[in-house]
Amino acid sequence: MGKLLAGLIAVITVVSAAIFARHIWWMPPDISVHGSGIDHQLGETMISAGVLFVAAQLVLAFFIWRFADRGDARPIRTFPGGVTPMVVIAIVLVGAEVAALSLVGTKVWAGIYQAPPNPNALRIDVQAEQFAFYFRYAGADGKFGGTHPNLIDDGNGNFFGLDPANDTSARDDIVAASLVIPVNQPILLTMHAKDVGHAFYVPELRIQQDFVPGLDVPLQFTATRTGKYEIVCTQLCGLGHYNMRAYLEVKTPADFAQWLKDQAAQQ
Amino acid sequence: MPDTPRPPLTQPRETAAKVSELKHVPPQTFMRKYVFSVDHKVIGKQYLGLALVAVCTGMLLSWLMRLHLGYPEVAIPGLSTVSPNGAPGGVMTPEYYLSLMTMHGTIMVFFVLTTAPFAGFGNFALPLQVGAEDMAFPRINMMSFWVTLAAFLVLVAAFFIPDGPPLSGWTAYAPLSAVGKDAGPGQGMGQTLWAISIALFCVGQLLGALNFITTTLDLRTKGMSLGRLPYATWAWFITSVIGLIAFSVLLPACILLILDRVGGTSFFIPAGLVISDRLQPHSGGSPLLWQHLFWFFGHPEVYIAILPGFGIISQILPAFARKPLLGPRVFIACLAAIGFLSYTVWGHHMFLSGMNPFSATLFSVPTLIITIPATIVTLLWIGTIYGAKLRFTTAALFCLGFASVFVSGGISGFFLAQPSIDVQLHGTYFVVAHFHFVMGVAAMFGIFAGTYYWFPKMFGRLMNETLGKVHFILTFIGVYCIFMPMHWLGLHGDVRRYSAFTDEYMKGDIPLHKFITVAALFTGAVQLIFFVNLIYSRFKGPKATDNPWQSTTLEWATTSPPPFDNFGGHPPTVYRGPNEYGTPSPSGDYAPQFTPEPAGR
Amino acid sequence: MTPALAARAPAVPARTGVWVAVLAISMTFAAVAAAMIGRAGAAPDWQQFRLPPILYVNSVLLMLSSGTLEAARARLKHATPARAIGGSASQWLALTLGLGIMFIAGQLLAWHALATLGLFLSTGPASAFFYLFTALHGVHLLGGVIALVYALHRVRQVGPAAAGALGAAALYWHFMTCLWLCVLLLLTIRL
Repeated sequence: MGKLLAGLIAVITVVSAAIFARHIWWMPPDISVHGSGIDHQLGETMISAGVLFVAAQLVLAFFIWRFADRGDARPIRTFPGGVTPMVVIAIVLVGAEVAALSLVGTKVWAGIYQAPPNPNALRIDVQAEQFAFYFRYAGADGKFGGTHPNLIDDGNGNFFGLDPANDTSARDDIVAASLVIPVNQPILLTMHAKDVGHAFYVPELRIQQDFVPGLDVPLQFTATRTGKYEIVCTQLCGLGHYNMRAYLEVKTPADFAQWLKDQAAQQ
Repeated sequence: MPDTPRPPLTQPRETAAKVSELKHVPPQTFMRKYVFSVDHKVIGKQYLGLALVAVCTGMLLSWLMRLHLGYPEVAIPGLSTVSPNGAPGGVMTPEYYLSLMTMHGTIMVFFVLTTAPFAGFGNFALPLQVGAEDMAFPRINMMSFWVTLAAFLVLVAAFFIPDGPPLSGWTAYAPLSAVGKDAGPGQGMGQTLWAISIALFCVGQLLGALNFITTTLDLRTKGMSLGRLPYATWAWFITSVIGLIAFSVLLPACILLILDRVGGTSFFIPAGLVISDRLQPHSGGSPLLWQHLFWFFGHPEVYIAILPGFGIISQILPAFARKPLLGPRVFIACLAAIGFLSYTVWGHHMFLSGMNPFSATLFSVPTLIITIPATIVTLLWIGTIYGAKLRFTTAALFCLGFASVFVSGGISGFFLAQPSIDVQLHGTYFVVAHFHFVMGVAAMFGIFAGTYYWFPKMFGRLMNETLGKVHFILTFIGVYCIFMPMHWLGLHGDVRRYSAFTDEYMKGDIPLHKFITVAALFTGAVQLIFFVNLIYSRFKGPKATDNPWQSTTLEWATTSPPPFDNFGGHPPTVYRGPNEYGTPSPSGDYAPQFTPEPAGR
Repeated sequence: MTPALAARAPAVPARTGVWVAVLAISMTFAAVAAAMIGRAGAAPDWQQFRLPPILYVNSVLLMLSSGTLEAARARLKHATPARAIGGSASQWLALTLGLGIMFIAGQLLAWHALATLGLFLSTGPASAFFYLFTALHGVHLLGGVIALVYALHRVRQVGPAAAGALGAAALYWHFMTCLWLCVLLLLTIRL
């Protein structure tokens, strides 16, 4: 029985590790400026975790196989050094690993979420609701109009509750159902929720952030590759949660300018 | 280290007399014996029975969920009869899926993983292990079970009301959980019942923790110093302290949630929300406040779920290795460290929640530090196996399996503990893999190990070892097949709590989802072997002696099953610690705690 | 533990139990206090109001009840079994109970006072927390009343042998008094 269990553990370990190592299921290619930091952190953690995983499981399997009771009179043996090597391994090896990963990881995290707002960023207002995302651009005047929840009228396309009749800065605001941005341009999203909690996640962009009702949450990133990517909701928001998506379209600056013009004409 | 006997605390005179009063005359009627019993052994079995019903319910829900995820077009037979609105034609609606998921999580975390290892086995074994006649407050103990049962019934009632069960997950984030019916299907009365159920559960567990702590401190028998306590008792004791603090915070959180739903308050709901085209009348509340309160409870809760398992493994493994646990004092120190640290890490569930990003770094540090005592504990088990003479009983197999799955589950935590990596993995199947490995698998293995080990003491009969071994091997393979692939789905960006995978990049993963579904149904079917074994052995299993596993702790000093007052009016005296395996004595290759022969070392 | 300490008092599980309960209730208090501070910071809608003056009368009653409770315990300690049953200890205990019940009645009067000012649970966060704190404290104090009734019953039955039960109930009662003063302080500062 012990041999069977030891063999099982070994097989499971090797097969799992191989699948991880070969990246059979893995993150999509990174299209962001900050993503390399995350990918590096994940890769380093995967290596040290992988080594720990394989070592611990194989040692466990070996001991299960080796130290079965074979009915002989052999005496039991204490682990050489007793408890001390265990404590030392844990504190030194794991502790050092933890410290190293923390130090680097903190910088990566701070670079994304604690960076001051980039003054050159293109500002886009994002609203999440059951079950869609809407995106608002400031328009030619560069100013966002005020939002009024009591004016929200989805049927007539007034998702943000703008008041263009009385609010001049709202008149040229562009509202779209896709997040269209120029490539290599810093973006600053201001995220708010209309009803319940939602979240914004684009795996390629290496970015994720919750929407918190009652708060305006900032999010910064720069996309480095053109293309169309899916934005998905990762915070449980009701029955349509699985279907709540929008598209991130990264365009060349020229294409983006054209898109903006077309949108302005339509609003 | 020489084990010098220390004089015990003086016996509590008045309360020993009081407990003896209750224990003087065994109960006569069926009701007093099996229903309204103050006997901790019966109460422990009642809790285990409740957990058994709960795990069957929770598992059934998971099969339904996996069927829907892997094979969404297949009509599930009988489902449309059970819920015509939720599953018309046998295909479940998205809201029904989310309701099943919410109930699955709630039932499993509270009524299985907190109930069985802690309230179930703890109630049965702790007074025996410390040499007491019963818990310190037997009537309060009985109340704790009935309150917990009431909590379960209130929760399950949500299945039968018109609005249906809640769908906001076991985490019930506000405002979705707080605004009421406007938030959509599944957010009517069912959510209120959920909150009432959990509040009742908190009360039940607090009453239980009261008993565990007081009994461990005050009712130990002669010679049972704190240093000689069995490791399972240490684990239950530390778990009780964690639980005392955690449930005391969840209870007011649930009260605040109920008040927001029915009392017109706005603790968690800000102004200006437009839900179902209606401007909500609330204002000023903070959704993050709910998250902080919930996770301040929620993180210690997962240690409440796993720590008894640590204790049970550390009790059982040495018995079947015929070798002492390596480093018992370090083990206990690690339990205490994990308990303490568990209160400093709750924000790691909230890295992306919108709280100040600097706090993410603050919470990440203790989260990573907790790795250290957890690693030490795992290495102590592996070190215990070194040089041992392993006897592969089913209980032992589940202990060894526990070590393997705990390594797997713990390592994925290493990733999620780092905010920079959590950016990519939060809300994905990677998280689902992590918590299922540590809770759904490791903690379950602890429950299985405890069942196979203590079954003879509870019922006077042994479980069938052949069936047990088959149960173990097939389950071990099954759980790896279910949960290891979920890491890969998460790395690919597949989002959790989705009732279907309609996004382009996720569609290609559906074959892997089908594989997981098949594995889940297979593993579920394997559990039938366990149930058959339980029921058969209860009535027809071979009779057990007092100490069939040749274990050292006090519960094995008395008959299987023990008499009403545990030790027949003669509480045992303790002569040594619980770790004297491999110490030759007249009893064999070990020296039990309760025999006066001189120790070999 | 030195021999002197070990010999001082036998471990009375009821007393340990009360300390455990004190820990749990303190955590609940901390959680609600944290929620109050968090909520106050979340939005500018905190409307302060003057606490109904009867609260201060109630506080005095509760503090007095702790005093009478200690008087009861002192008399029990020095009484003979014959004198204790039905003696002055039970009278001071009954007085304590009476003061406790008057406190609860006074708290209900405070609620009434707020209601006449138009301040209800749902009016705003400040009043919501007032009702919540006073309700939670009142419910737990009622538990203390039940414990005291039980202790009184035991004193009347067995006299000085009930000292353990009375001691445990007293510990709980004094904790309720202290807790009330903390609640009052918090409400005075914040509300």
